[in-house]
Amino acid sequence: MDTNFSTKEQAFYDELDNFLQTELPPDWADKPIAWPHDYAPTGYQNEEDYKTADEFLKKIVAKDWLKISWPEKAGGFSYSNMEQAIYDERMSYYRAPRSSSIATGIVAPMLLRVGTEAQQKTWLPRIASGEITMWLGYSEPGAGSDLGSVRTLAVEDGDDYVLNGQKCWSSGAHKADYSWMIVRTDPDARKHRGMSYFIVDNNSPGITMRPVINILGDHSFNEVFLDNVRVPKENLIGEKNKGFYHLMTALDYERVTLVGIGGFRRMFEELVDYVKDNSHNGQPLAQNQSIREKLAEIATNIEIGYMLFWRTAEMLDKGQDPNVESSTLKLMATELARDMAETAMEILGPYGQLTAPTNWTPIRGMVARGFLESISATIGAGTSEVQRNIIAQRGLGLPRA
Amino acid sequence: MNLDLNEEQQILNDTARDFLRGECPKALVRDARSAREPYNKGLWRRIAELGWMGVAIPEEYGGFGGSFLDLTVLIEAMGEACLPLPFFNTVAIVGTALQLSDAEDLKRELLPKIAMGELIASFALIEPGNTYGTTNIQSHAVGSEDGYFLTGHKLFVEYAEAADQLLTVANIPGKGLGLFLIDTTALGVEMSRIPTLDDAKQCEVRFNNVAVPAHRALAIGDTADTLLQRLEEISAVGKCAEMVGAIQPVLDMSVSYVKDREQFGQPIGAFQAVQHHCANMAVEVDCSRYITKLAASKISAGEPAAKEAAMAKSYTSKAAVRVAKLGHQTHGAISFCDEHDMHLYLRRCHAASVAFGDVKYHLEKVAQEIGL
Repeated sequence: MDTNFSTKEQAFYDELDNFLQTELPPDWADKPIAWPHDYAPTGYQNEEDYKTADEFLKKIVAKDWLKISWPEKAGGFSYSNMEQAIYDERMSYYRAPRSSSIATGIVAPMLLRVGTEAQQKTWLPRIASGEITMWLGYSEPGAGSDLGSVRTLAVEDGDDYVLNGQKCWSSGAHKADYSWMIVRTDPDARKHRGMSYFIVDNNSPGITMRPVINILGDHSFNEVFLDNVRVPKENLIGEKNKGFYHLMTALDYERVTLVGIGGFRRMFEELVDYVKDNSHNGQPLAQNQSIREKLAEIATNIEIGYMLFWRTAEMLDKGQDPNVESSTLKLMATELARDMAETAMEILGPYGQLTAPTNWTPIRGMVARGFLESISATIGAGTSEVQRNIIAQRGLGLPRA
Repeated sequence: MNLDLNEEQQILNDTARDFLRGECPKALVRDARSAREPYNKGLWRRIAELGWMGVAIPEEYGGFGGSFLDLTVLIEAMGEACLPLPFFNTVAIVGTALQLSDAEDLKRELLPKIAMGELIASFALIEPGNTYGTTNIQSHAVGSEDGYFLTGHKLFVEYAEAADQLLTVANIPGKGLGLFLIDTTALGVEMSRIPTLDDAKQCEVRFNNVAVPAHRALAIGDTADTLLQRLEEISAVGKCAEMVGAIQPVLDMSVSYVKDREQFGQPIGAFQAVQHHCANMAVEVDCSRYITKLAASKISAGEPAAKEAAMAKSYTSKAAVRVAKLGHQTHGAISFCDEHDMHLYLRRCHAASVAFGDVKYHLEKVAQEIGL
């Protein structure tokens, strides 16, 4: 057993560290507004920040880092999953913008796993270049936790499929180019056996979107309506009618690649610094035993989160499917995201409610925001209850009710 | 990074589990509770014949030269077995303290005996009113030409009645803390058993002006502080391994029971409320296992591990008791009966959770380590 990085891994870690310190503005970590492991889009403070984010994406693309773990024949470096995990950890620690996305974290690995060579040729270069972004077309009004109940229907017609139905909670759909969408292709089959994956162009005629404003006041969600949307047959990814099984794999990727584990450590360091520098009612916060214990518990849980994160990468490198383990990681990390926000709010008392910079606002209002944002953590990508079902049924072999 | 056991450790693990499942059934654990003799000498001998006491003792001192990780493999198996023997204190504490010390003569004298299973020892640290640590030690050792006279009062000394030697900590006026090995047959050593929840035969020990030869001091002053800090890390993580070993079977028993037990016409494991109890247990076992792996591998590699050890002990202590309690909840009334094994695990987990630093103690350590 060895919990240290190999020489090669450490070299990559150091390379990333150097790169991030050189290529991001020194005060960049103060710019993005996002709580660790939430499912709300990261916001920035002004236009200039968005510009910095776009420029940074170009730098990552120039390094070919959006495809580091892809096999060489797909233009990648064949880096290990552990190195991919190191990349995700360092980027999230520095709150680096645009360093991973649905396209790079979910769609690309799925294309590499179940896509045809032609599909890989079509999509992978555009993902690696940061040229296209994608949104997840999973949830529907009648299919949330129960994704097997998806009703959006795709019917074959000549060289196309014709899609009709509705998607919801479609995060970032209005800003993206394509959807990674699961729909029903065989309405007569048992529900898990008649679903398929498509890549759907947002510009297709018949797609309309209604913005849904989230509790932070941001336009993050959309309702997406599909009315006779024609999708070319070559955009069906993976085996027809096996989409639900592909979806289970895609969710495993999502639960690993979108953790942003480094963000926990960064946010926690800011919280500890605040506690060290501030007093309430004349007593330094750092001398309050209950605060000390709460922060010690959060620190411990972050360390555990890191271990569970490295474990999934290691399992992938050993050719194992971290199926239950990715649910454990997702459950643990998102519950931690919420706990950390609630603990921070408890520590800050009335100052925690300040949302924007004032003379008394702690940590740029991040905690107030995190208090709301982290509600999404234990709901998105499968609620905590769904993760527990997976652990109990797939992991421990308990019977379905 | 590699988070799995290596091949040799896997073999050691399999062998240890097989042996203990056969030789240390729960009936033996139950018998040990009321036995008059402080430990089962026959079982101790058989374990010694397997060489377990010497696993992590260097070859030059009669051991096998294994690592701390090798030792945790054995301790974890012992947690599963609820092994009622003075292994932990003899090997993981006193054996380790000797190895960490510069007391070459004592090492040559005692480590081979420990490796052979010919010496039993325990750790007398906690004093009345203390929970752990070395910040409020009242025991004192007064120096003389031939050595010291040590006076002190210690609690929660596991298997003291079985011990040949007790490792203890006392203040030496003007010199700081001293770490001493005391022969239990020495004049002025008194002990009596104190009633506790577990079966570890814990004792109260009094040292009344006990004469301790100078060469029985393992370390003094700064050296003692450094040794005690590392010993604290090792003992905490060792106890974590024991707890991880104990909560895995709690989870396994619970899962197998809820698959089997039917109520309302179906296995209770089909109910989501029960499934979520089991899932929560599984997550806590996992988290305990991995934070313990982190701390244990750092110790094994000779790296600083103060933070990781305190994290592992504070987390696992809490989780182990929670998992054991959920084990009771999933089993229902049968688990409230003496004949059922669940309470053996609850007792073992609780004892381990408060030994070598309880949750509060280690959380405070973590707080210090993160700069608070």
